[in-house]
Amino acid sequence: MGIDPRGLGRLTAALLCMGSAAVQAGEWSGQVGGEYRGFFETPLFPEQHDSYLSAFAQPEYRHAWNNDKQRIAFAAFGRISQYDEARTHADIRELNWQKSGSGYEWRVGIQKVFWGVTESQHLVDIINQTDLVEDPDGEDKLGQPMINLTLVRDWGTLDFFVLTGFRERTFPGREGRLRAALPVDTQPAVFESSRGRRRIDYALRWHKSLGDWEVGLAHFSGTARDPRLLPGIGGDGAPALIPHYDVIDQTSLDVQVTTGAWLWKLETIRRAGQGPTYAALTAGFEYTISGILDSGIDMGLLAEYLYDDRGATATTPFQDDVFAGVRLAFNDVSGSEALLGIIADRDSDAHIVSLEASRRFGKSTKLSLEARWFNGVPATDLLFSQRRDDYVQMELAYYF
Amino acid sequence: MLKRLPLLLLSLIAFNAHAETPEEKGLAIATESDRRDRGYGDFSVDLEMVLKNRHGDESRRKIRVATLEGKSDGDKSHTIFDEPADVKGTALLTFGHKVDDDDQWLYLPALKRVKRITSSNKSGSFMGSEFAYEDIGSQEVEKYTYKFLREEACEGQPCFVMERYPVSKYSGYTRQVVWTDKAEYRPWRIDYYDRKGSLLKTLTWKDYKRYLNKYWRADEMFMLNHQSGKSTLLRWTNYKFGNGLKDADFNQERLKRGH
Repeated sequence: MGIDPRGLGRLTAALLCMGSAAVQAGEWSGQVGGEYRGFFETPLFPEQHDSYLSAFAQPEYRHAWNNDKQRIAFAAFGRISQYDEARTHADIRELNWQKSGSGYEWRVGIQKVFWGVTESQHLVDIINQTDLVEDPDGEDKLGQPMINLTLVRDWGTLDFFVLTGFRERTFPGREGRLRAALPVDTQPAVFESSRGRRRIDYALRWHKSLGDWEVGLAHFSGTARDPRLLPGIGGDGAPALIPHYDVIDQTSLDVQVTTGAWLWKLETIRRAGQGPTYAALTAGFEYTISGILDSGIDMGLLAEYLYDDRGATATTPFQDDVFAGVRLAFNDVSGSEALLGIIADRDSDAHIVSLEASRRFGKSTKLSLEARWFNGVPATDLLFSQRRDDYVQMELAYYF
Repeated sequence: MLKRLPLLLLSLIAFNAHAETPEEKGLAIATESDRRDRGYGDFSVDLEMVLKNRHGDESRRKIRVATLEGKSDGDKSHTIFDEPADVKGTALLTFGHKVDDDDQWLYLPALKRVKRITSSNKSGSFMGSEFAYEDIGSQEVEKYTYKFLREEACEGQPCFVMERYPVSKYSGYTRQVVWTDKAEYRPWRIDYYDRKGSLLKTLTWKDYKRYLNKYWRADEMFMLNHQSGKSTLLRWTNYKFGNGLKDADFNQERLKRGH
């Protein structure tokens, strides 16, 4: 189970009490579904399998009172997976109380916060830990306990975060695909901070809309969400990769300029504390052509450049890469959409092709398709151990 | 009464000396229609959309809208999607502008992401319906140029009929023909002509009700696409005026509440 009781803290217990007292009538919603993930090639490691079935549920409860000035939110997620024990996991994505007043918002409890503008990777987005075992694209996040105060003023929106408790990244297990050559053992994780998982992290973000510009400036001080993975001995005595969590300071800037059908995007960070201080950026555009060929289908063309000044020593495979993508929004009754993208390394033949598509069936059922191909990956690339992990994934979800 | 006669005559002469062109008359009707709807302040409303294809298969959408009247610039509005269930919590914030493209932010609840989106996509379908974004967006006078055509009866009452031409180059229409009643300046019908100049859609209004003794809102709007045979019915319920909404209620933090 992915929930660390120490990490979630007393905040959660307090919220639960408060929640049950305040709630008379709220709203349940959410989704349940099944997923099939099939791999095109035989696995690299004998413990791995050709295909995996799994089932998941995500119930949510929301309630507002005092003329919507106060709200509580709860969202849980759980998955039961075939073979991969690490992917059988559960998490509280949200459990928080929110209060809105004149020019301010308080949010206390577990929640999810997104920062950033680009599509190929999310450099600036740092508040929540990645639930990597869910999806290799890193867009699934674990709930983060926090106290968040938002001030809305003429000069912009200022967000203060006190992050109470650290969530460790999830990784595929020994029998799972899409993992490094050695499985990651999260039990003996090493923390730079003497307070380990109980270290309190801080973040501050200023954001403002200035005409066509959206500008965000942020600073984070705390334990890095992305660990360095170093070879060691796992809890079971077998060789494994052990996560090492450094304490970092990261300053970030994100900008989007919206002019006509063009979105110009930039995300850049400067990080100290994880090896030598480094900088990284993602920059590019999205251009939308409305109603291509009189069909009512909108086509978005995306291109981004991904850079990390550590070069070959970077802990990311995207140190000098180019992303190109096509997004289709069919604007039909089924809400059909698709995104086809490629990220290509400029220094080798390595490239990842990904396809995401979804459509609704009837009133409440949605079919999602996801596929990824890892091609031309050289032995020096971080993705080398995933070179035979091309996969297609189908998910059928019922929304209630 | 007689004392005023010279003045009246004078103004009639002045009027005739500068005869109103069809363009001026069209603009005057649009301006008057806009003027009569001024001063409402704010309103909130629930909307159900019934989408039908040519075989009669139905699908439904439910959304809630809150609008704050713009004083010097366009209106601000906040739209929350309740159905279908997979888009529940998705929300849209719009800052309308009189001539420039609107500013729009979309909130995606699964990612908790607020995304500034392009509003140049005027001709795109709103939620798979027969309404394009430009059909449901704020109808500022400045967004069109006008030409008065004629007077004729519509829905059993005397009406103005005029053409209007979208100013935006992103519009999906070459022209629209609008029927407005002479008594209250309410729209009753619009014929939309596509980029090739062919009749594409017809929108009709039904069951107007008066709010705050002044502002007319229809209970139903029906859009029929003549080319595809599809239609969309909008059912507006629960109109509430004077909610005391302020500019501060229309920001990205409000979007994130997701309900």
